[in-house]
Amino acid sequence: MTVPNALDARFRDAAATKGLLDVAYDLVDSPVGQLLVAVTDHGVCEISYDPEPEREEEQLARAFGVRVLRSPKPTDEARRQLDEYFAGKRRDFELAVDLRLAREFGRAVLEELARVPYGELTTYGTLAARAGRPRAARAVGTVMNRNPVPIVLPCHRVVGSTGSLVGYAGGLDRKRTLLELEGALLKA
Amino acid sequence: MMEAVHLPPFERFYEEQQSVVLAQLRRMLGRDAADDAFQETFLRALRAYPSLQHSRHLRAWALTIARNVALDVLRKPRADGVVPEIPDEDLPAPHAELEHLTGELPPAERAAVVLRYGYDLPYADIAAALGSSEDAARQAASSGVRRLRKRRSE
Repeated sequence: MTVPNALDARFRDAAATKGLLDVAYDLVDSPVGQLLVAVTDHGVCEISYDPEPEREEEQLARAFGVRVLRSPKPTDEARRQLDEYFAGKRRDFELAVDLRLAREFGRAVLEELARVPYGELTTYGTLAARAGRPRAARAVGTVMNRNPVPIVLPCHRVVGSTGSLVGYAGGLDRKRTLLELEGALLKA
Repeated sequence: MMEAVHLPPFERFYEEQQSVVLAQLRRMLGRDAADDAFQETFLRALRAYPSLQHSRHLRAWALTIARNVALDVLRKPRADGVVPEIPDEDLPAPHAELEHLTGELPPAERAAVVLRYGYDLPYADIAAALGSSEDAARQAASSGVRRLRKRRSE
């Protein structure tokens, strides 16, 4: 027996409204492909490219608790701000971010990353210095690669000391697209 | 030897159990009342989910919650003033008594006994609940009963 969509949607809403979820997530369309956006009580805890929901549900459950449910309502605000960002109407995200899982240095780096302004570039080395470990550029690269909330925490604005794009967990094409959107790169 | 079975994220549980739960609720309550009961069933499941120790018999667990929700609905006086028959209200519900008595049975037998004699479910549903064949469900229930008898006579 198929559960009618309206009934299904009603339960998914109620589960969130009653505060019974450890993690609510939804799939969001964007110009850089479909994104999985997950939120906890503390804020956005994951944005991922090329979502694989079943695998990610497992990871989220291990990290935040087993009550992981696809439930659009709690992700609405993040979705709205992402839409505005991609439409060129938003430069700064006003979203709480859940970094409970990030360890000390990683968290310090991600907090510095959050301060890199729209449309500007910085380097791995600069970010390392701002996070208090000037020689840890390589470790910063690792933190960027594992950034749980790309786009909102703008690891796409971090490039090599020579200005090369270096790498991006979502692929260099996406990094280029985001930087072009922000006017940080001239379209080729 | 019990294999520790990892509890799946709630989304998986919900996806896997929603159809059988809705089917059972519709059989017990009819279409309209089943919709509300469906939501209540999964909200109750969600509240209890983190305290589950393992993921064996999740279907039986879901159907047991659904059954309890449906019984609550049936006991509630109806808004239109028609009072439904209340089955033996003074007696403890048979499933409650059985759940107590069967606490030491192996899980599959316990589930089969409770669903058969406590909830009066047909073997086809019990088989679905246990993810086994109808024959296996019948066998589990009867060996559970044998075990209970034996224990009583000891």
